[in-house]
Amino acid sequence: MGKKTNQSIAFWTFRILGLLVVAILFWILGFIVWHGVGVISWDFLTTAPTDGMTGGGIFPAIVGTFCLIIGSMVIAFPVGVMSAIYTTEYAGNGKIVRFIRVMTNNMSSIPSIIFGLFGMSLFVNTLGFGDSIIAGSFTLGLLVLPLVIRTTEEALKAVPDSYRTGSLALGATKLQTITRVVLPTAFPNITTGLILSIGRVSGETAPILFTVAAYFLPKLPASIYDQVMALPYHLYVIATSGTDLEATRPIAYGTALVLIAIVLVMNLLASMMRRYFGGKNKVN
Amino acid sequence: MKRLKRIIEKLIEGILTVSGAVTTIVILLIVVFLFREGAGLFRSPAVEKGYVLCVDAGNTVTHLGPKQIKEIFDWEIENWKDVGGRDQQIVVFRFEEIFSRYSDEELGADYELLPEKLGEVISSTPGIIAFIPKQYMPENVPGIKVLRSDDITLSDFLGGREWIPTATPAPQFGVLPLIMGTLWVSLFAIIIALPLGLGVAIYLSELAGERMRKILKPTIELLAGIPSVVYGFFGLVVLVPLIQKVFGLPVGETALAGSVILAIMALPTIITVAEDAMRNTPRAMREASLALGASNWQTIYKVIVPYAASGISAAVVLGIGRAIGETMAVLMVTGNAAVMPHSLFEPVRTIPATIAAELGEAPAGGAHYQALFLLGCILFVITMIISVTAEAISKRQPNRGL
Repeated sequence: MGKKTNQSIAFWTFRILGLLVVAILFWILGFIVWHGVGVISWDFLTTAPTDGMTGGGIFPAIVGTFCLIIGSMVIAFPVGVMSAIYTTEYAGNGKIVRFIRVMTNNMSSIPSIIFGLFGMSLFVNTLGFGDSIIAGSFTLGLLVLPLVIRTTEEALKAVPDSYRTGSLALGATKLQTITRVVLPTAFPNITTGLILSIGRVSGETAPILFTVAAYFLPKLPASIYDQVMALPYHLYVIATSGTDLEATRPIAYGTALVLIAIVLVMNLLASMMRRYFGGKNKVN
Repeated sequence: MKRLKRIIEKLIEGILTVSGAVTTIVILLIVVFLFREGAGLFRSPAVEKGYVLCVDAGNTVTHLGPKQIKEIFDWEIENWKDVGGRDQQIVVFRFEEIFSRYSDEELGADYELLPEKLGEVISSTPGIIAFIPKQYMPENVPGIKVLRSDDITLSDFLGGREWIPTATPAPQFGVLPLIMGTLWVSLFAIIIALPLGLGVAIYLSELAGERMRKILKPTIELLAGIPSVVYGFFGLVVLVPLIQKVFGLPVGETALAGSVILAIMALPTIITVAEDAMRNTPRAMREASLALGASNWQTIYKVIVPYAASGISAAVVLGIGRAIGETMAVLMVTGNAAVMPHSLFEPVRTIPATIAAELGEAPAGGAHYQALFLLGCILFVITMIISVTAEAISKRQPNRGL
């Protein structure tokens, strides 16, 4: 066989593999949209489950996921941004920074179920929060911390050094430079990271299993010490342990669709913002 | 006024410095809490809490390990000489049997006579082993002896081939089937994902036009973004029935289903890391190869792939890491049978799935709870090793200064 034939066989194989990956995504998305779209209605989104979860909607789960998103971001965002400011603006390029970076990398590779165990041990039992929004928010917040740190670091690094030197030359202190020049410039990209983190948090199940998620709880939370239902856990429950799997299937499709929609919208939003602001930064 | 400002500034910078260490602190905390909760297992006796094992006073055996206790109560060991005693038939006596031997009146209204009767039974039956609650233990009866049960040891845990946390009288915490299950599912997932991911990575870095890249890149990002519980649900309603039908199996929830789902989930990691590595091949190397008359394809597999080998290995290692730690999807499609896996077409159970499935039912502080935290420790150590390995491998990228 000549080298031309070899090459075209190989290249066609790669092309087909590429298409296969696209096909897999469309298969999964298409399947869930196809089955789920008929279930979605205003009632489905705004009522609580009824009849042993074979009827009704998913309102409490949506509210619960919303609470967890806000809670975890309140915890992860300030800490993550501050940590990133330290590593990019203060720490220089020495051993300490390399160590911190390795640790952040390691932390992002820890499986989410480990965070679940840790959250249960520290927040639920040791600190006595019980199964609650606050315990779940802390657990999820720690889980996305590496993501927040990494995206913020990238955003800060994208700010041209001439901004910093310009500000310092005008007599501003380092902190003033950071708060008035670097952060505002990096803000859009930091927000992109925030949105990505929200996407990640809203889909996680393992960390909330033992820290906050309720099997069935039709009433809405009154304080941060209450349990809530959450979309991913709700999907797990009705997909595997419902009393009547046939009757709950449509609800499972609907829940999966809502969950995917949230995650996809967040991802799309983030990549749109990245493109928009990324282009803008280059002009400067 | 100016001094105050400066002090505040210093203070804020101090806070920033501290927050720089936050990931290190969290990792340390995770280690401390996981191991603290888990280590308790090796201080807990093999017999279920609140119960004791009694034998008649003539018995020479003084203590038993968890595996021996289990085998005795499963009638797999039938003679005391197999556990270091005399040649004597073992008579297994479970606490409930007392109610068939004596009527309620004989035991007293509040079972106040129960310990006495238990004592009678035990002291009069040579070769007996009785499993009874501590509160009903006969006291000051000369004919009986309490058997010391060994603490659960590290080798019981790591070398045990049975995971039966609810077995009475001695729950079995052998982690081997879970480790094997995890390895089977993850390794097979990588075997599926590697050729596919590598092919796509080559396509993306060497062949794809601008338009195809614009489709593929977001596709891969979205695949990475889909929550694992949605993958699990998809696997449950599509893949599991499909596998059952295609291979004619009694159940579709198998290691294979888990591997296929994990392969899809590991794809984005493998593709992104491998593509990055290939893109880093210096232009000079490609051009030198082409100038020597090699075709594009020859350049790819003789120059670019070998050059990027360390990056590609890092992609594989990271993919394995992703697969090993994955919880929900695997929990939903592998059938969760805690047995040693023999083939891909049988249900298996992985470490993370076990934690997720059982922690809710394990009472806090009990042996089962501690065993699950130890599983977490094992998982943590494995993923840390993987993460450090990947880092070390990708640093070995050959010199760029060509």
